[in-house]
Amino acid sequence: MLSRNDILETIRMIDQQHLDIRTITMGISLLSCADSSAERACEKIYDKIGRYAERLVATGEEIEREFGIPIVNKRVSVTPIALVAAASETEDYVPFAKAFDRAAKNVGVNFIGGFSALVQKGMTDADQKLIAAIPEALACTDLVCSSVNVGSSKAGINMDAVALMGQTVKKTAALTEKQGGFGCAKLVIFCNAVEDNPFMAGAFHGVGEPEKVINVGVSGPGVVYHALQSVKGQPFDVVAETVKKTAFRITRMGQLVAQEASRRLDTPFGIVDLSLAPTPAVGDSVARILEEMGLEVCGTHGTTAALALLNDAVKKGGVMASSSVGGLSGAFIPVSEDEGMIAAASSGALTLDKLEAMTCVCSVGLDMIALPGDTSAETIAAIIADEAAIGMINTKTTAVRVIPAPGCKVGDTVEFGGLLGSAPVQAVHPYSSAEFIARGGRIPAPLHSLKN
Amino acid sequence: MKAIITVLGKDQVGIIAGVSSLLAKWNVNVLDISQTILQENFTMVMLADLENCSLSFTELTEKLSALGAEMDIAIRMQREDIFNAMHKI
Repeated sequence: MLSRNDILETIRMIDQQHLDIRTITMGISLLSCADSSAERACEKIYDKIGRYAERLVATGEEIEREFGIPIVNKRVSVTPIALVAAASETEDYVPFAKAFDRAAKNVGVNFIGGFSALVQKGMTDADQKLIAAIPEALACTDLVCSSVNVGSSKAGINMDAVALMGQTVKKTAALTEKQGGFGCAKLVIFCNAVEDNPFMAGAFHGVGEPEKVINVGVSGPGVVYHALQSVKGQPFDVVAETVKKTAFRITRMGQLVAQEASRRLDTPFGIVDLSLAPTPAVGDSVARILEEMGLEVCGTHGTTAALALLNDAVKKGGVMASSSVGGLSGAFIPVSEDEGMIAAASSGALTLDKLEAMTCVCSVGLDMIALPGDTSAETIAAIIADEAAIGMINTKTTAVRVIPAPGCKVGDTVEFGGLLGSAPVQAVHPYSSAEFIARGGRIPAPLHSLKN
Repeated sequence: MKAIITVLGKDQVGIIAGVSSLLAKWNVNVLDISQTILQENFTMVMLADLENCSLSFTELTEKLSALGAEMDIAIRMQREDIFNAMHKI
């Protein structure tokens, strides 16, 4: 029999250290839904999601009960809709978002991702229509998430798209002004976007993916934090080893759940994404892990090194535990969703510049950061360009999800509620980047993109 | 299917009897029991075989939770697989 201590340890992880399966995400290809009539395409989309994801939520709940492990979210990701909508003779893509929203509510999932376009090298007419529809789409739906990939290590950075996305973020904030610019929390601008990411708001079902697939996202910052408390003062080799072992265990659990979900839903298993995804709950914070390594507060000197170790050790532990690790796997640093980050940002210790440095070594990018409401579209575009450059040069995924909170200034706090938490408004540089953004064109791919 | 039943709470008379008789009533075979008092808390771990159980997994979980609520202890049942996944290679 298993040892009693192992069993009780698992139960403590679930009960006290917030161990959970963060999401079971079903990826669904919508390529078959293309139709010259937008109305018919929307009907096909609604029907297909309903057919494929009908039992997703019920199955997730069954697994939750039998294994005694919380599965926080059940989600759907779909083909970047600009590819599907391109066939339809219409100028307005908002109805597609509404069809997503209805379909998501019909099957009972928490979010649906894929109101997306991939424009790293250039924009098609459909991509432009999609981007133009984003602000209204996010304002008039509840569950739809949107993402746009503006750069890659292979293609460079599409600076026209970057400029456009700066404006899109501003418009989205304006249209959701009453909720503190909440629409922006559902919009991610990527460089090197991955096609099998189960986490929102950036999930979409890539074109290289099968008809349908089950991807599972596992989390557990609390468990890692707790494990590190037992190695206080010891060298970093020990820290890395401890994180690896913990990540291994968590991922094994994710793999089990993923296989079970895949079997019960008769859908191929895609990947397990082991990402330390914090929540605003005390004891579920990535910032607190970094502080446990010996930093007085997250954001001080040493934070980037601590995060680099954490991100790498999580991947190494996870990769051995699953038959297929993918997605973003690593450590997320969303400010508003992390109790320790909120505290560090509120105290002024964690600045936007430090966060940017941290994104060089974390698994994604500038995430859930509230900016002053009067931040210009060009400044936001320049922030996106900086982040995309980090991703492009370092061949990693980077992303920007910032909220220029209407009417708010530095020092205010924006409340989003639930898992999205609350964000202290952070300062941006007051100097203009307008002429830089106005240039447009493309920043060429780096030399190391020429690998063939 | 095998399941791990864990019982945690304040020690009192009749915990093992209560849980065992409930399991016997629904034809659940107990394969192993380990019980101790940890820092004044009653801690019991049972390995049970649900092969011939006359209730569904969910129904039995609900009965156990109800018994737990009655006795003011936490009783949970989970499939054995999750512990194997996390602690055995």
